[in-house]
Amino acid sequence: MEKRVTFKGWKLPLLLILPQVFVSAVFFFYPAVQAIWQSMFIPDPFGLSTRFVGLGNFEYLFSNSHYRASFVTTAVFSLLVTLCSMVPALFLAVLADRLVKGAGTYRTLLIWPYAIAPAVAGVLWLFMFNTRIGIVSWYLGKLGYDWNHVLNGAEAMGLVVVASSWGRISYNFLFFFAALQAVPKSVIEAAAIDGARFWRRFFTIVLPLISPTTFFLLVVNVVYAFFETFGVIHTITGGGPQQSTTILVYKVFSDGFVGQDLGSSAAQSVILLVVVGALTVVQFKFLEKRVHY
Amino acid sequence: MALFSQDEPTGMVERRGAGLWLTHVLMICGVLVVFFPIWLAFVASTVTQADIVSPPLPLIPGGHFWDNYSRALFSGVNVPVGTMLVNSLIMAIGIAVGKIVISLLSAFAIVYFRFPGRNLFFWLIFLTLMLPVEVRIVPTYEVVASFGMLNSYSGLIFPLIASATATFLFRQFYLTVPDELAEAARVDGASPMRFFWDIILPMSRTNIAALFVILFIYGWNQYLWPLLVTTDPEMNTIVMGIKQMFPSGDDLADWPVIMATSILAMVPPIFVVVSMQKLFIRGLVDSEK
Repeated sequence: MEKRVTFKGWKLPLLLILPQVFVSAVFFFYPAVQAIWQSMFIPDPFGLSTRFVGLGNFEYLFSNSHYRASFVTTAVFSLLVTLCSMVPALFLAVLADRLVKGAGTYRTLLIWPYAIAPAVAGVLWLFMFNTRIGIVSWYLGKLGYDWNHVLNGAEAMGLVVVASSWGRISYNFLFFFAALQAVPKSVIEAAAIDGARFWRRFFTIVLPLISPTTFFLLVVNVVYAFFETFGVIHTITGGGPQQSTTILVYKVFSDGFVGQDLGSSAAQSVILLVVVGALTVVQFKFLEKRVHY
Repeated sequence: MALFSQDEPTGMVERRGAGLWLTHVLMICGVLVVFFPIWLAFVASTVTQADIVSPPLPLIPGGHFWDNYSRALFSGVNVPVGTMLVNSLIMAIGIAVGKIVISLLSAFAIVYFRFPGRNLFFWLIFLTLMLPVEVRIVPTYEVVASFGMLNSYSGLIFPLIASATATFLFRQFYLTVPDELAEAARVDGASPMRFFWDIILPMSRTNIAALFVILFIYGWNQYLWPLLVTTDPEMNTIVMGIKQMFPSGDDLADWPVIMATSILAMVPPIFVVVSMQKLFIRGLVDSEK
């Protein structure tokens, strides 16, 4: 889409666009190019010079079992976060949609967790499941279950998944609720007259009609799980135990800043860049389709 | 004929009686489950360390609210939480205002002018969409360090402004502004900047406010970037500072103060979201579209 009426001149628009171009160039394009460049070098053991290795860092990464494990961890983690945040959100949205009065009040209450930073959410859940003083782990202990996410990788994964999904329920709820409200009541009533019960109406009419929203949320939640959950993992597990919660973004951080392995970290950044790019393409393809709805 | 009337508030498929009560009960359970972690944090911020280390924690607040909160705000663990709150506020407002200002201007240039390189700039800016700072973290850190911007507000703010979400949003909005307005302005001999100040800016008010809410939360909740850039505790933001309050090693954390800090870290964004709920939901849905 283009404007029919425009203003003349080229100095003014260049001046107007300059701040954004400058900030993007210095803090986005230069670092992104740097990442690609660095990914082809390895520093010598004394950190005085670097040696060109071409795609060596990438080859090393993909042959490294820790890195491949991190890929699997990320896949499992983002799948679980997407599920655990979307299913309860859809359930609550369906309930709220059935209410004529009071839905607004519930919505106001349910958006609270969205405002809470992932890192703070991490601290709250860590407090509940703390092995020494946590209230939930204490009750689990009373029930005969010995909770210890510090040592048990599966429990650590479960905890970071729940803590990451929690705030996301609010976000997904808002989108599902808006989508459900937009489903024409006449269609639902026609089905009701034909004798379709609630769940049948839900699965054969409502769910297909809100599928654009569902698909959109799927992509957005995967992106969230990939990149924005760093705070949760850093506060709760620090990637452990035995790297069982080290997702890709966490590994970029721990290799680059803790391990000081800049070449490998840069190569990992480039791989993530490709992943984000692919997800963006998927999203835009979907957005284009959505316009025709 | 109630079935066909548009103003009938309850259609035939809404539940009444027992079904309605069940819906309310389930909804309340959902809200309670979602709220439980926040409530527990609040309770923990009002009791003593002794109450916390002998589980289970009671579910009603204790009497040490002022004690814990003043200890957090004025002394903290490494640095007073009051300082971290100020840092977070400056960072969040800086990111929100900075991003809105540069995006308003660049979107105006892209939509209302034809100039050489316009398409190139357009695509360059749009490449920055969706690539979060986490992905280019090491090189960005090096750039900021080489500018001597570590432990400074500009180091906290600028790298997080470099993304085009807001530009994209304003561009979409400008495209819906009727052409007649620009035409009238041109006929009347108004300069482009005059048109921007007197027409475009007032028309964008709601969009600006909605975007401000979203960007404020985004800035306030940043974690990884402040963690890297602020090594000086005096520059820590509250969201990243909480983790720094945990002792390394096996010592017991000062839970009442940590939980009071967590509550303090949530209050501003929750206040913004709840008080500007309509704008927030609008901004959220628009900026993700």
